[in-house]
Amino acid sequence: MFIPPDHFQLFDLPARFALDMAALDSAYRSVQGHVHPDRFASGTAAENRVAMQWATQANEAYRTLKSPRKRAAYLCERAGVPIEAESNTSMPAEFLMQQLEWREALDEALAERDCTALRALGEGMAAERDRLLGEIGRALDVDADFALAASRVRQLMFIEKFGTEISSAEETLRDNDRASA
Amino acid sequence: MALLQIAEPGQSTDPHRHRLAVGIDLGTTNSLVATVRHSIPVVLDDTEGRALLPSIVQFHANGSTDVGYAAQRQQAIDARNTVVSVKRLMGRGMSDVEHIENMPYDFVDAPGMVQLRTVAGVRSPVEVSAEILKSLRKRAEQALGGDLIGAVVTVPAYFDDAQRQATKDAARLAGLNVLRLLSEPTAAAVAYGLDHGAQGIYAVYDLGGGTFDISILRLTKGVFEVLATGGDSALGGDDFDQRVFCWIVERSKLLPLSPQDTRLLMVKAREVKERLSVESEVRVNAVLSTGEVIDQILQNREFAQMTQPLVQKTLTACRSALRDAGLRTTEIDGVVMVGGATRTPHVRHAVGAFFGQTPLTNIDPDKVVALGAAIQANLLAGNRAAGDDWLLLDVIPLSLGLETMGGLVEKIIERNSTIPVARAQEFTTFKDGQTAISIHVVQGERELVADCRSLARFELRGIPPMPAGAARVRVTFQVDADGLLDVNALEIASGVQASIVVKPSYGLSDGDITRMLQESFGSVDDDMRKRALRERQVDAQRLIEATGAALASDGDLLSRDERVAVDALLAALTDRLGGEDGNAIKTSIEALAQATDDFAARRMDRSIRAALAGRRIDDLASVGRQGR
Repeated sequence: MFIPPDHFQLFDLPARFALDMAALDSAYRSVQGHVHPDRFASGTAAENRVAMQWATQANEAYRTLKSPRKRAAYLCERAGVPIEAESNTSMPAEFLMQQLEWREALDEALAERDCTALRALGEGMAAERDRLLGEIGRALDVDADFALAASRVRQLMFIEKFGTEISSAEETLRDNDRASA
Repeated sequence: MALLQIAEPGQSTDPHRHRLAVGIDLGTTNSLVATVRHSIPVVLDDTEGRALLPSIVQFHANGSTDVGYAAQRQQAIDARNTVVSVKRLMGRGMSDVEHIENMPYDFVDAPGMVQLRTVAGVRSPVEVSAEILKSLRKRAEQALGGDLIGAVVTVPAYFDDAQRQATKDAARLAGLNVLRLLSEPTAAAVAYGLDHGAQGIYAVYDLGGGTFDISILRLTKGVFEVLATGGDSALGGDDFDQRVFCWIVERSKLLPLSPQDTRLLMVKAREVKERLSVESEVRVNAVLSTGEVIDQILQNREFAQMTQPLVQKTLTACRSALRDAGLRTTEIDGVVMVGGATRTPHVRHAVGAFFGQTPLTNIDPDKVVALGAAIQANLLAGNRAAGDDWLLLDVIPLSLGLETMGGLVEKIIERNSTIPVARAQEFTTFKDGQTAISIHVVQGERELVADCRSLARFELRGIPPMPAGAARVRVTFQVDADGLLDVNALEIASGVQASIVVKPSYGLSDGDITRMLQESFGSVDDDMRKRALRERQVDAQRLIEATGAALASDGDLLSRDERVAVDALLAALTDRLGGEDGNAIKTSIEALAQATDDFAARRMDRSIRAALAGRRIDDLASVGRQGR
């Protein structure tokens, strides 16, 4: 039975939200250098299987820690405060109002094929994301307030999803232009 | 010019301990085999000094086959029994293959993968490919003077699970131990990267005979990390030939052609395309079996125009790969051209214009993939010279998912995830008292199941009756380092489990492969039996020693009962060792190996943990050194 180590432990990094990304990259490569199945390609089936489990784990840990949202969610979960995005959908009314406004702005920009408005909306989203990440960082690393961090992570999920919708809307407009050119 | 200097002089591995390993590029049009010799990767030529083996197999009524140039000469005469471009059929059903109506074969629409009826009987694309691989294996064994310990076989990066599995099956059927399936563009990056000591972000544009791949890689201090890959597993030089073929047919107002004439004109079309790489116009001459005479002139400009949509398709794939990698063309440090089809001048120009730089073509685009595969095979076989090391981190090209209600796809693993990768998702029952759940695994980017490729269906039965929504079925996808999928389903409350190695419906079972291999070896004579007995005795001796050593160093990893069981099997094998019964020894070896499999896994786990702990100490030491 394979018992995976903690993501931070695996890479020998402090379990904090503020993370040295260059240190993460190099730790990931160094761990893969030790565990990757290519290291055991001419070994036994058991060696190959265990190497695959470890390399899978290293990829999962890297993917989780690389993304600020996933890293924050992971820190909450390991502190016993799961994010529960599906079941916990309560949001502050103010946040929901803001969501509605943004959504209307997106629909309008798309209807009018307004690239400038889309770009402005995308920049607004990026600023909002930075603000939330700042709050999350303080909640996790300074105040150890995991409940607050978890609620901000849920908001961040909305923001990031909306950001993706804006970029794909921009892509659509650009592709249409390219097709008609 | 020496392509690559792997080892420092005087550091090369002991020649007596060199383990023979090869890289094989199993191409649509041509295949190659390469190896690392005296630290330099070289393509192995046939006895007549030719590097390329045309990927063509002719089947004869007596069951024998011709592969390569001999088959190529027969392709227009015996079109029905001479299979070209079989790679396009790998892991594909009849409805998946474009322009199937122009292929002169007698197809059998088998479930999953199409099959061909030849004078030698019905053959699957896996068996046809195995003939090509066998021919390359023989070439390598003759050139290297010994048995191969393994091979790295390349596949297009954009090959899906069915196509990869079919390729691996073909290699095993050809008697090869597959060390790894390696993506073609990644192999090319290895050859270029190690040769030039490259760092930075590279795009590999690989347009082969039948497949197109674009991979974006980051090269950092010996790590080749694929950031994104894209492509089309049914787009290549063949399609350029096809356009020329159609042009000839239209221009000459030809009626429906016989298989022979179709093949004749396809061969002409390819010649014309190749000559247009260096000439501005080419005269097309041919006499058909009907006596009709073809005489046309094709201008380079016209050829470029008729194939422009194909080039455009490749550039669209480049654009989305860049998007997936989150990069702009200006961030690409170099563009590598791979595959014979990149010899076409207007392809080179279009790629250069797209990336805003002149593409690199200094390694032969026909050979670079095989060379890279050979370099990787040498590493995987354990022939690494001291201080010489690198790591490949590849990705899965297409998302993997499950069918949910309403024919929709729930993605479990996103495309461009670094492999190996595992991910799980929970599902539930939708009816009261439902005792089985059917699981349909698909691969592709579209939202509807009907638009994705179906990989496998299986059922999890024996779920205890519960109200709708109460059961919790956890489906786990595991993709290994070859990019092959393994699916496992578990009902959490009851512990009911089902698992399947995704072998698409046509897939060959391990039993099939063993049987086919045995058939191909034919009858076993007395000498062979004696040799087999000796080999088994050596294997048994080795296993006894290794197990003894493992028990001495890590015996604490076994429970008392486990230890008793292992000791008993060890004693049984030692008993049989002196006997003459090869099969009894084999059975005993297998029993001991099986009983110690979990022990071996625990030892491996312990050694990895120790290595990782050592890594921390090494890293601290290196920080200390840098600090001074």
